[in-house]
Amino acid sequence: MKTVALHYSFEFLAGMRNRTLLLMNYLMPLGFYALVGTMMAQINPFFGDQMIPAMVAFAILSGTIMGLPTPLIESREGGILRSFRVHGFSAAPLLAMPAITTAVHTGLVAAVITLTAPMLFDAPAPTDPWTFVLITALLAFALSGLGSLIGVVSAGSKVAILWQQLIYLPSMILGGLMIPVEILPDAFARVAHLLPATYGMQAFLGGAFGMESLYSPAAAAGVLFAGGIAAFGLALYLFSWDDKNGGRRGHPALAALALLPYAIGAIFLVS
Amino acid sequence: MEELAIEVRGLRKTYDDFVAVDGIDFEVRRGEIFGLLGPNGAGKTTTLECLEGLRDADEGEMLVGGVDPGSNRKKLYRGIGVQLQSGSLPGYMTVREALRLFGAHRGVTPDPGIPARLGLAEHMDTQYAALSTGQKRRTDLALAILHRPGVLFLDEPTAGLDVSTRIALHGIIEELRESGTTVILSTHDMAEAEELADRVAILIRGRIAAIGSPRDLTATGHGMTRISARTTGASLGCGAFADFRPEGEYFVGFTTTPGPAVMRIMDHISRAGDTLVDLRVERPSLEERFLEMVRDESA
Repeated sequence: MKTVALHYSFEFLAGMRNRTLLLMNYLMPLGFYALVGTMMAQINPFFGDQMIPAMVAFAILSGTIMGLPTPLIESREGGILRSFRVHGFSAAPLLAMPAITTAVHTGLVAAVITLTAPMLFDAPAPTDPWTFVLITALLAFALSGLGSLIGVVSAGSKVAILWQQLIYLPSMILGGLMIPVEILPDAFARVAHLLPATYGMQAFLGGAFGMESLYSPAAAAGVLFAGGIAAFGLALYLFSWDDKNGGRRGHPALAALALLPYAIGAIFLVS
Repeated sequence: MEELAIEVRGLRKTYDDFVAVDGIDFEVRRGEIFGLLGPNGAGKTTTLECLEGLRDADEGEMLVGGVDPGSNRKKLYRGIGVQLQSGSLPGYMTVREALRLFGAHRGVTPDPGIPARLGLAEHMDTQYAALSTGQKRRTDLALAILHRPGVLFLDEPTAGLDVSTRIALHGIIEELRESGTTVILSTHDMAEAEELADRVAILIRGRIAAIGSPRDLTATGHGMTRISARTTGASLGCGAFADFRPEGEYFVGFTTTPGPAVMRIMDHISRAGDTLVDLRVERPSLEERFLEMVRDESA
């Protein structure tokens, strides 16, 4: 237990000491929130209705998809994981600790957004706060799973950027953060449903804000949970301690299976 | 029968077509300091990494503290300490945080004497990325020994260390041996191996070219022992010994039979009524023997 507490406290502090993580966890989401809150409400008056879920989803995307993979890759390339291994650490805490601390960092940002947006931008607050917290946690779980998986299977930081952008940009554009999914053409709507952020937005709107959603918020939450389990399970299975020792248990292409729950959701939930 | 800390039988490891380790056998006795020497690419690090459970061997059997490193890593890591050559820590982790985290994981409270003796006391709150190379290696070493392991693997432990820290480290290694820890030392520093190791194995092209105590290994070479003598008079000059030449104030010669040669010199000085001021007998160093073996293998 003491090891877990010490490991967690170090990871949490590292998130504050590391400028890149500080940027991804705090500065980018809060800066974007301030910018979007000021501008988007004037451009699109209806944006205010979903400002809180959209900005919370953006904060989680930044912290997990953009922030999690690089430190993991650098740890593998720099021999840090090898050092932890010879001291008897197992792979699970090395994957879980950064994910948990990132979730806490983004949770703090989500709290700031949720508490200030109603006052600053007249955005509606969640009608069901506990469901809002639960969905925030589920979205963080699903996306941190994908972030960890990208870090595990990417051969280097440059490759990771490609995978990160493949999740991050479509999530921003198609995931319902800026444009409602229901106005997208059918093909785009289905592509959007391969991304966790889309399910997160639907769960937020239908489950925590009392608005209309495309399908049951519980179903969306179920897809996020299954997606998180699949991503973390695959990350653990495909985890390798170093680049030199070819000890990976499966082919990195297996990581694509992490999208299976979302693909099933896209088939059965999107009419 | 002496208790063995490490047993290696027929260890072989290849990388595609390159044979890094070619069926080697050796044993390390409990409480022994065992040096693993060899030129770059000889297979030292691969051997160590197989024993440390970081690489899977292609063939052969290994036991480290009675544990097979390939199949029971959890038990292996409880009993060993490892200072990797290419290891590292998170750049934002301070020395204090590292000692506390790894100590807690090992279930021990770090002995404050360890960082002090390794010259880390002033750097406890410095982040790993801000440490010098030597300080990083000392931190890695402090982590490797904080739980007093049964078997300690040291890969180039003194690379980048200053003289005083190096001496302190040698002292710590010898203390660990006294307390029963077995030390496997991979090093390029022959003087270090000669000073510390009870036995060494010289690896060349993935095979063990020689194994034994540094004294035995140097004795089996074709190297000559150097004898230097200085007297008040000039009894050693004037061609008294055909194989001796003046070098400054000394007369210096080389022999394969140092005992009789010294007796002969002493007798000559005495008969000539001269007085011996200084006599030095220097056997071939491990480094000379090592170079000789590398040359022989390459020939």
